[in-house]
Amino acid sequence: MALSVQTLIEKIEITNLTPDLDTSKTVIENGYVSDLLSDVMGSAQENQIWITIMRHLNTIAVASMTGIPVIIFAKDIIPEQSVINKAREEGIILLTSPLTVFELAGKIYSLLKV
Amino acid sequence: MAEYIKVNPMYQDRIEEVFQTNINPEIVLEFEIHENDFVNSGKGSAELKVTIKRLGVDPAIMRKVAVAAYEAEINITAHSRGGVMTSNIFPDYVHIVFQDRGPGIEDLSKAMTPGFSTATDLVREMGFGAGLGLPNIERNSDIMKLDSAKNESTKLDVIIFFH
Repeated sequence: MALSVQTLIEKIEITNLTPDLDTSKTVIENGYVSDLLSDVMGSAQENQIWITIMRHLNTIAVASMTGIPVIIFAKDIIPEQSVINKAREEGIILLTSPLTVFELAGKIYSLLKV
Repeated sequence: MAEYIKVNPMYQDRIEEVFQTNINPEIVLEFEIHENDFVNSGKGSAELKVTIKRLGVDPAIMRKVAVAAYEAEINITAHSRGGVMTSNIFPDYVHIVFQDRGPGIEDLSKAMTPGFSTATDLVREMGFGAGLGLPNIERNSDIMKLDSAKNESTKLDVIIFFH
């Protein structure tokens, strides 16, 4: 099933780094996990949430080129303000969570597959 | 110079036409790409994406163009002394030319092999250098032509049709 980002934020330990973007209208249907940017561009699909620990500016460009609407950083990773600003400019929602990539993938998977 | 070319069989009959130099594109976008400048690398692809979006190109095609162009920009940033990206937009296709200033690719077939990379640690720290760039470009292009040799400049032609 599809899930709004807002629902995700309510169900999992998540902090929204781009609170001015609308999380109720952005819907995810699936997810992708990778820290290799070319792998994401080769295999991730539109409307997927991307779980990663890669916080560099290029992450935002990759999401934008691939059509990924939301990125979630594991392990409390927070990118630099310039990266957050770029994401806001591109309309890409950035989230962060204390959970590991494994835990995040598992929790999001079970929410999407009910 | 060694050459690697891949053509989507659907567009086999368009090859001569797209490599002709006497036809003028409707829009030309030119971007300078600098060595190791990962902050600005991608701007040419972003501008191209916005431009073809405005022309009403299908989002799936737009994505192919954006991914192929961004990978090629990153390649020039990561592996060359810099270069120029020229996007030639025609009514039913885009022809992007990436021309760098060397040092060239020693073995094209190796470079095209998924997983093969000569990327530095800096590039890998950026999340690139997994050896997937050129294969991604190939997969998203209808026509891809790579011309290079050791100690020469590299030229990459990427052609993607809109229909």
